[in-house]
Amino acid sequence: MSDMTEQQPSFLTRLRDSDLWWSFIHSPGAIIASVLTVMIVAGALFAGLVAPHDPFDLATVDLFDALLPPAWEAEGNSSYLLGTDDQGRDVFSTILYGSRISLIVGFASVALAAVIGITVGLIAGYSGGILDSFLMRVADIQLSFPAILIALLIDGVARGILPREAHDEVAVYVLVVAIGLSFWVQYARTVRSSVMVERNKEYVQAGQVIGLPNWIILIRHILPNVLGPVLVIATIQLALAIITEATLSFLGVGVPPTSPSLGTLIRIGNDYLFSGEWWITIFPGVALVVLVLSVNILGDWLRDALNPKLR
Amino acid sequence: MTKALLDIRDLIVEFPSRHGGVVAARQVNLSVAAGEILGVVGESGAGKSTIGNAVMNLLERPGRIGGGEIYLKGEKISNLPDHEMRKIRGKRIGMIFQDPLTSLNPLETVADQLIGTIRTHLDLSADEARARAISLLDQVGIPDPAVRVDHYPHQFSGGMRQRVVIALALCAEPEVILADEPTTALDVSIQAQILELLKDLVRQRGVGMILITHDMGVIAEVADRVAVMYRGEVVETGPTAKILGDPDHAYTRSLISAVPRPDIRLHRFPMVESIERAGERRELDLSTHWLGKARDFDTRGGGGATGPLLAVKDLEMVFRSGGFLGSKASSLRAVDRVSFDIRDGECFGIVGESGSGKSTIARLVTGIYKAAGGSISFNGTDLTKLKNRKELNKHRRQMQMIFQDPFSSVNARMKVRDIIAEPIRFHKLSGSESETRRIVDDLLDHVGLGARAAVKYPHEFSGGQRQRISIARALATRPRFLICDEPTSALDVSIQAQILNLLKDLQEELGLTMMFISHDLPVIRQMCDRVGVMSKGRMVEIAETENLFVAPKDDYSKHLISLMPSYSGLSEREVGQAEAS
Amino acid sequence: MIGGPRRVAQEVPRGAEMFKFVSMRLFQSIIVMLVVGLIAFGLFRFVGDPVNNMVGQDTTLEEREALTESLGLNDPFIVQYGRFVGKAVQGDFGMSYRLRQPVSDLIAERFPATLELSLVSAFMALLLGVPMGIYTALKPKSLFSRGFMTLSLMGVSLPTFLIGILLILFFGVTLRWLPTFGRGEVIQLGWWSSGFFTASGLKSLIMPAITLAIFQMTLIVRLVRAEMLEVLRTDYIKFAHARGLSPRLINFSIALRNTLVPVITIIGLQVGSIIAFAIITESVFQWPGMGLLFIQAVSEVDIPVMAAYLLLIAFVFVVINLIVDILYFVVDPRLRVQS
Repeated sequence: MSDMTEQQPSFLTRLRDSDLWWSFIHSPGAIIASVLTVMIVAGALFAGLVAPHDPFDLATVDLFDALLPPAWEAEGNSSYLLGTDDQGRDVFSTILYGSRISLIVGFASVALAAVIGITVGLIAGYSGGILDSFLMRVADIQLSFPAILIALLIDGVARGILPREAHDEVAVYVLVVAIGLSFWVQYARTVRSSVMVERNKEYVQAGQVIGLPNWIILIRHILPNVLGPVLVIATIQLALAIITEATLSFLGVGVPPTSPSLGTLIRIGNDYLFSGEWWITIFPGVALVVLVLSVNILGDWLRDALNPKLR
Repeated sequence: MTKALLDIRDLIVEFPSRHGGVVAARQVNLSVAAGEILGVVGESGAGKSTIGNAVMNLLERPGRIGGGEIYLKGEKISNLPDHEMRKIRGKRIGMIFQDPLTSLNPLETVADQLIGTIRTHLDLSADEARARAISLLDQVGIPDPAVRVDHYPHQFSGGMRQRVVIALALCAEPEVILADEPTTALDVSIQAQILELLKDLVRQRGVGMILITHDMGVIAEVADRVAVMYRGEVVETGPTAKILGDPDHAYTRSLISAVPRPDIRLHRFPMVESIERAGERRELDLSTHWLGKARDFDTRGGGGATGPLLAVKDLEMVFRSGGFLGSKASSLRAVDRVSFDIRDGECFGIVGESGSGKSTIARLVTGIYKAAGGSISFNGTDLTKLKNRKELNKHRRQMQMIFQDPFSSVNARMKVRDIIAEPIRFHKLSGSESETRRIVDDLLDHVGLGARAAVKYPHEFSGGQRQRISIARALATRPRFLICDEPTSALDVSIQAQILNLLKDLQEELGLTMMFISHDLPVIRQMCDRVGVMSKGRMVEIAETENLFVAPKDDYSKHLISLMPSYSGLSEREVGQAEAS
Repeated sequence: MIGGPRRVAQEVPRGAEMFKFVSMRLFQSIIVMLVVGLIAFGLFRFVGDPVNNMVGQDTTLEEREALTESLGLNDPFIVQYGRFVGKAVQGDFGMSYRLRQPVSDLIAERFPATLELSLVSAFMALLLGVPMGIYTALKPKSLFSRGFMTLSLMGVSLPTFLIGILLILFFGVTLRWLPTFGRGEVIQLGWWSSGFFTASGLKSLIMPAITLAIFQMTLIVRLVRAEMLEVLRTDYIKFAHARGLSPRLINFSIALRNTLVPVITIIGLQVGSIIAFAIITESVFQWPGMGLLFIQAVSEVDIPVMAAYLLLIAFVFVVINLIVDILYFVVDPRLRVQS
């Protein structure tokens, strides 16, 4: 009966023919940014293999090698390409391991924020009425407090509740929760406003006429239609989350120096800035900026590509 | 062509894109004389709005004029630099846009907008400009102009705002007016007034007007001459009577025959299949087919067979808005004690202007909205009393709905197969997944899309084809009662004719009962057996269709009927041919 | 004319409408403050044991209980909360655990430093950011716009603390032009200490203010640009072009005013967040403001200081939001005049 003469196009062909792909290969910024992002992510993932030294193996770290400048400077040592820090750890290797922590915290907190935000946004947008007003008032209040402040507060609370040693161990989780809880509002607001548009569209009413229960309509019909803007926010917030993590660690309330993130590394190096050992701060700083810049460029590109009305 | 006021010669407009580009206008020749209204008519994508924008040199990027010239009183105005063009825009050529709600700056009073425009073009003092602004408002028929001039746009109704837009276009006494769908966003009663106003302005001031529209009724009402556009080309130009009554070009003929006639009821719309190739509909043997099983519930429920299929009594609906933390709550009585019956097998029409509550009724009957009062009895069971979801779904399955907007009424993220299969799977109407697939393929064949459509996504289809997807989805629950809410008002007339033909065919084959909601009286006349007229939430009259059109009883019905376009389709000779073909 | 009563809109007396609007917003603001107060009180009461934080190791159980009773910690929650709010309204936030001084004194001492820094940064960010946003929207293809957009992308990608470090490294350590920490000399004007009137005070202000302004400025550029582009695409702009109005009039009178409506809200939020971002800047430059006090409180779990800071920030936001709402009311006739 059903003649399947027309093959369903494969995912790859659909991708190749899509406007998104076309816009990607025509924007050099996005290509460079994605190459850089992939490089940093790969370097961080495989830090154990790529890094010339294991900076956290006390057996190999030698205090006599402390504060060596980069290899190309007069006093540099060729085995420490970007120099060493105050404890004799290889700066290049600590950057690789540090990006790992930064990326883990970034991705995890964005995921947490997205899950909370999308759920709240879906419920608020679809149910409307008092529940919606209430949730959005909460979001409004939270939005007037910058993420960094909320993250600091949550971190402070965690410190108050947990004993000192335990806190260092769970510092990464505390950061993820702190950043995640301070970032959900944007998703909630965006998803809610999209849902309010979608909910009045006729395909939703068609689902109601069929007799589908609300949760099926919400998950199967509305959710896929509101994910576009969420993707854009998630990308831009990944950059923001990495910055926030670095900032908190720099302020001394993030991950401890025993397993440093990029922010912690910059904090450690900051103490040596005045005495001329600039490389301990600057190289992790450059790595951080390159990573965040790449992610931001991708986010900008994605926003423009998904919304052709905005040039 | 010396007396031509505005003369467009061999105009080519291109929109380059990565897919090679689109030619929106090819070799277009048009001219308009002083005191004349030239109607430019065509369906969407015909390139009619492009012409107006090209004349004003306001094409949206990346569009550009690829060839040809435009002359204003013999003076070439195409490809003028922007600062030269500004002396023509507003001063010598005025433009009127479609949507009065978005055409005015919301932050400035009407006076400021008028005075700003007047003083841009005329050397007047502030007081003189203000006096002129008030007199312009008076000329376009705004009452109390001296008071109203200081109001903000949001304080005017839609029709009044369009009058303000017209006043703005007239600020500097232009010689030519370009009106791009000036009445499309307005209700029929307002539309008639605005058209009257435009006609008077042309006659009194001797300006030339190009009126761009998709609406044959508007053309018949006001245009002196007509140019018919099709895919970027002008296929035919001539006096209105000739083009509408005895056109030469095949496209024009089929276009005109697709326009629903207000004066007589035809069995089918003739000659429309040639316009957009509609897929072959495959007939099914309904006595054996799954779809034919739709009649299986006929025997059940003894009371249902004798009474009306749907009985609506004293239906009420109130919309509330606002009301949390201080914001003021307001309520609107959208449906006010409406009662009507729909008999098994008939097509019952509901007609009314926007905001009359007709679409709300459809949503109350299908359970999308909850009624504030009254009863909805379907096949003898009062649906408003049913609390059990399962029980309710059993009845809901038997009534389905087709929506207005073909672009939003199907979920763009789902394949056509899943869209149509969803109700079958949900109500467990088939025994197996392979049977479901076969049913979907048959349905697609049956509505003229072809089974191959199943693996595609909705964006690969045109508006008319999407409406067919919508119809297939509605049929997938094997309904007995079909609600059509303005099913064709977002479509071009030729596509509308095809969809209406399809609905008529399906109703006949499957013995469907229909509730057909429309603002368009001619469409109602073609489709319905009986009609209810709605105004401001109340049903003011229910009558047999022919009785309503010949002898309306209620004042509001009379008013509506009187506003119907006088246009009466092809001459009898043409109709004869059309019927025969 | 058919049907429908002729609607002649009435301009509601501005004063009355405005009063109603503002008093409603004021009511909402009080609720917000009470909610934030609840959070602050919750922090104070339940994070760590307040008694433990006030007494030494060798305090006897009886003494502890006496203190608990005298602090009213045995009263019902709502009573304690009421007492907390009552004291907070009078500016009494208790004693800092770390510094053993009244929190209100600590804050009063630090407040001028933070406010001066924030105001200067806010002005810098607005005076540069808004015109740049407008320019990039109006001339999206120009070389300057591309330059501004690249800079703004750099701006949002450079963490504030890194900007501070780079400035210190370059102007402080290498060139030795500007002081790298502190406020310089200040002059006491009553309880207010100002760095505006001395050369060293002004010099000390330059780098922290720039650091704080850059991130906010880039955000403002991007937001203003996005809003302006949105407005430039509307029908009324197209209609204005079709009437032959001059681009100056269209861009700066019609488009700019319409852009202003949403931009006011954004700017309100930004100005608020500048005060919070001051935490970072103050930390980098050892600027003796509230942010530095707060960050020290967080790392030492000095709850009374944290709670007081939270309330103060909330108060600043509420005030800014109120101002924004009133501005909105003035700019947008759709709020002011009923149809």
